[in-house]
Amino acid sequence: MDPASRDAWLVAELSWWMFASAIFIYIVTIGLLGVGAGIFRGRNRLSFRAGTTLVVLGGVLAPIIAIVAIGVSGVAIGDETEGPDDGSAKLTVEVVGRQWWWELRYLDAAGEVVAVTANELHLPVGERARLELLSDNVIHSFWAPNLQGKTDAIPGRRNLLFAEPEVEGVWRGQCAEFCGNQHTLMGFMVIAEPREKFGRWLERQASDARATQGPGLDIFLKLGCGDCHTIRGTSAAGQKGPDLTHLASRRTLAGATLKNSRGNLGGWITDTHEVKPGALMPSFTPEPQDLHDLLDYLEALK
Amino acid sequence: MTARDGTAEARDHALGPSSYDHQAAVGQASFERIEKTWRSPSGFFGWFTQVNHSAIGLRFIVTAFVFFILSGLLALAMRLQLAIPLNQMLSHETYNQVMTVHGTAMMFLFAIPAMEGFAIYIAPLMVGARDMAFPRLNAFGYYVYLIGGSAFFLSLAFGMAPDAGWFNYVPLANKTFSEGYGVDIWTTMITFIELSALTAAVELIVTIMKLRAPGMSLDRMPIFVWAVLVMSFMILFAMPSVMVASAFLMMDRLVDTQFFIVENGGSPLLWQHLFWFFGHPEVYIILVPALGIVTSIVVTFSGRPLFGYTALVLAITGIGMVSFGLWVHHMYTTGLPFMGRSFFMAASSMIAIPSGVQVYCWIATLWGGKVRFATPMLWVLAFFGVFIAGGLTGVMVASVPFDRQVHDSYFVVAHFHYVLMGGAVFPLMGAVYYWFPKATGRMLSEHLGTWSCLTVFVGFNITFFPMHILGLQGMPRRIYTYLDGMGWGDLNLLATAGAFLLAFGFALTLFNVIHSVRHGAAAPDNAWGGSTLEWATASPPLNCNFIQQPVVESRRPMWDWREADTRTVVAGLREDRRETMVTTLLDARPQSVMVLPGPTPWPFVSAVAASAGFIGLIFSPWFFPIGFFAVFATMVLWFWPRHPWRKE
Ligand code: HEM
Ligand SMILES: [Cu+2]
Repeated sequence: MDPASRDAWLVAELSWWMFASAIFIYIVTIGLLGVGAGIFRGRNRLSFRAGTTLVVLGGVLAPIIAIVAIGVSGVAIGDETEGPDDGSAKLTVEVVGRQWWWELRYLDAAGEVVAVTANELHLPVGERARLELLSDNVIHSFWAPNLQGKTDAIPGRRNLLFAEPEVEGVWRGQCAEFCGNQHTLMGFMVIAEPREKFGRWLERQASDARATQGPGLDIFLKLGCGDCHTIRGTSAAGQKGPDLTHLASRRTLAGATLKNSRGNLGGWITDTHEVKPGALMPSFTPEPQDLHDLLDYLEALK
Repeated sequence: MTARDGTAEARDHALGPSSYDHQAAVGQASFERIEKTWRSPSGFFGWFTQVNHSAIGLRFIVTAFVFFILSGLLALAMRLQLAIPLNQMLSHETYNQVMTVHGTAMMFLFAIPAMEGFAIYIAPLMVGARDMAFPRLNAFGYYVYLIGGSAFFLSLAFGMAPDAGWFNYVPLANKTFSEGYGVDIWTTMITFIELSALTAAVELIVTIMKLRAPGMSLDRMPIFVWAVLVMSFMILFAMPSVMVASAFLMMDRLVDTQFFIVENGGSPLLWQHLFWFFGHPEVYIILVPALGIVTSIVVTFSGRPLFGYTALVLAITGIGMVSFGLWVHHMYTTGLPFMGRSFFMAASSMIAIPSGVQVYCWIATLWGGKVRFATPMLWVLAFFGVFIAGGLTGVMVASVPFDRQVHDSYFVVAHFHYVLMGGAVFPLMGAVYYWFPKATGRMLSEHLGTWSCLTVFVGFNITFFPMHILGLQGMPRRIYTYLDGMGWGDLNLLATAGAFLLAFGFALTLFNVIHSVRHGAAAPDNAWGGSTLEWATASPPLNCNFIQQPVVESRRPMWDWREADTRTVVAGLREDRRETMVTTLLDARPQSVMVLPGPTPWPFVSAVAASAGFIGLIFSPWFFPIGFFAVFATMVLWFWPRHPWRKE
């Protein structure tokens, strides 16, 4: 655990306390067992008084102390990490669990979608962001351990999560609720960056694609990629797969499974199910030249 | 604690054959007549007509352990797949099936039935009854379990096993996201198998309440029997919830009802509530009888009465009750209001009190005793070492903020294997070593047993301890592989190595059992010097259990009798039909005599008819009426009045 937010840090702190106490209780209990059955073996039975004291201290008092400690710390920390929806969060992102990738929709103050991207959550450092977890298929669970505990994305519900990274960094996150075939490779990246850098990133994501024509795009459309993927500014407007408008700006492919490089991208397109068996995208086998053009085009989608 | 304890302690509990001569007690002729009345038919066809609880109980135990071995092999397959990153041994589809079947089978086909098996075998003996209250229902339950369980496992061989996880969350388990027969097999077979749990529960409750030997008032009942009673009531309250849930899901999938379909107002969280309202008590259904086993073994091997009988009874009952108020702790991440979750946080950690009381009662019992460290006791020590650790991590995950980090990670996999293996499998192994002499008349090898216990204990910790760390490092559960760069490879490899050591340890016991059934040393009636009534009959038990039903005057009849060198018994039961005493609920005063039915094939036929209905249901809803009427017809024949009432 490497906490990058106050929430994660609080929980890490809590964990260490709990581990320490648990180890202490374990040693005492096993120790008493050892002493009683080993060292005092064959000596006298505990008097009724002594036995009762032992049971009351170990079996009643100690657990009560533990319960109170767990309860108080749990409520205090829970209150803080799940903090009220007090409107202090300026940034709102809809996090949508899909099979098996994440869609991220950045909203403006009026609640309109301004930018859509996939598997890469950018957040400004030191600001509280409000994540709204959605799903239109099965239950997923959004887990970015460095920021927060997990919260489920449940069809028909809109669960909230507040994230506030305190340091810059790039971390991995992962779906934590079993969601079918490729639950395993349903990862994502979290990128915390300074406000200006984040602002520039969001502006770019909000804009249309940099490249809106060329032989690569024709191949893209001819192969049928546009039935599932959107590239804003072109006629590709599919909704089943991730938005590719700024594909080349992303660090990873296929739910944080592969590094985003030309080779990996080509491998993914031509041999999808080798990389991610069961993924809901077919493989394609374009002519070498076509593939070349296609990759050129995709790499231009900064 | 009365002066009795003092004398009990002074007693010599050394091993040694009981001097009791069952034949001499009633005379040769009577002995043979009674045994003939209670004999189970043998031969292939005879097998399907047996109803004696010792036969049925043993079958439950053996079948459950067969399923344990099979699901254990599946676990090894999973561990092999996870040994190295990006391993290609199992495909994601196979892994998901293997994982689902492993989890489901361990819970529904192994742990609960094994506990029921020991309860059915031991509890009637412990209360001094000649059989259970409804022997034929008992047989019916067994066939249901056998057929349902086998069908469930066979689905794996046909590649149509369920693959949505043992908790089968909707919408993933809905028709839209899980096509094929997998989930249908899960819902129908689980509903079906729970039927057998319910029959066993009803049966055990009536037997324990009404068929106790005269004099065994509630406060003289052995703790194991208390535990079985609590378990049975828990089954009675918890199972209907999962049966309703899986019936809803079955209907959603088969006849397009909309219980869980969001678009039409159904709710995925409804499934979770129903499932966990059963699912949480279920782990305590497994744990509670195990606590009874542990208590029996602790008492026998410390050779002295239990410290804090009342406290233990209260603790076990308390666990049973509190366990129904905890289910939401499986749902901390679903976005329920924090206030609500805080309540369940408090309730969940509260389990620590009754558990703590028990552990310390056992420690107080063992303290300063002449503890004999024979194999059953070794398994109990292993239980202490593992279960307490699992309990402590359990209290940790009761904390909402902590759980939101480790939920559905390998930390939880580690936690629940510590409680399930520690809290159920180790006591069960202890029970096998403890009661094997009673059931077979032979002793298991102590030498092999010691090695088995040691290897299992070490192997277990090597397998599951690293998983705590993996979970904290962020490894989610239910993944069929992981990427190279995650840094989880070493610990996973270690865990896999541990799993093989663990399997080897169990294999030692398997070998021990197979070998000793024929070649073990002969066991005396009271093989370990126990205090409870199962040791009063021969080893293996007589057909009628007790040639004369005992009369009980304290919590430890065997020790009383040894001291007094005589037994108090009931006389006057008829020899030519199956009779057992009925006594009053609280203080077990003799009330009347119950006549029990003898061997019959109808429960088997009825179970086959019911299975045909349930298994057919997977393929077509029409099998519901077909099964219904077929079962009805067989039931009519089952209940047709016949011998011995006709003769009277
Ligand atoms: C023989 C020793 C055992 C080994 C090596 C073992 C190993 C495993 C492994 C590797 C998983 C998969 C975890 C995942 O992919 O997330 C698992 C899951 C599970 N195991 Fe075991 N296990 C063993 C015994 C048991 C026992 C005795 C029980 C219960 C009585 C049990 C109950 C479960 C359950 C309920 C699951 C979860 C399945 C699911 O997520 O749907 N296991 N086990
Ligand atoms: Cu998911």
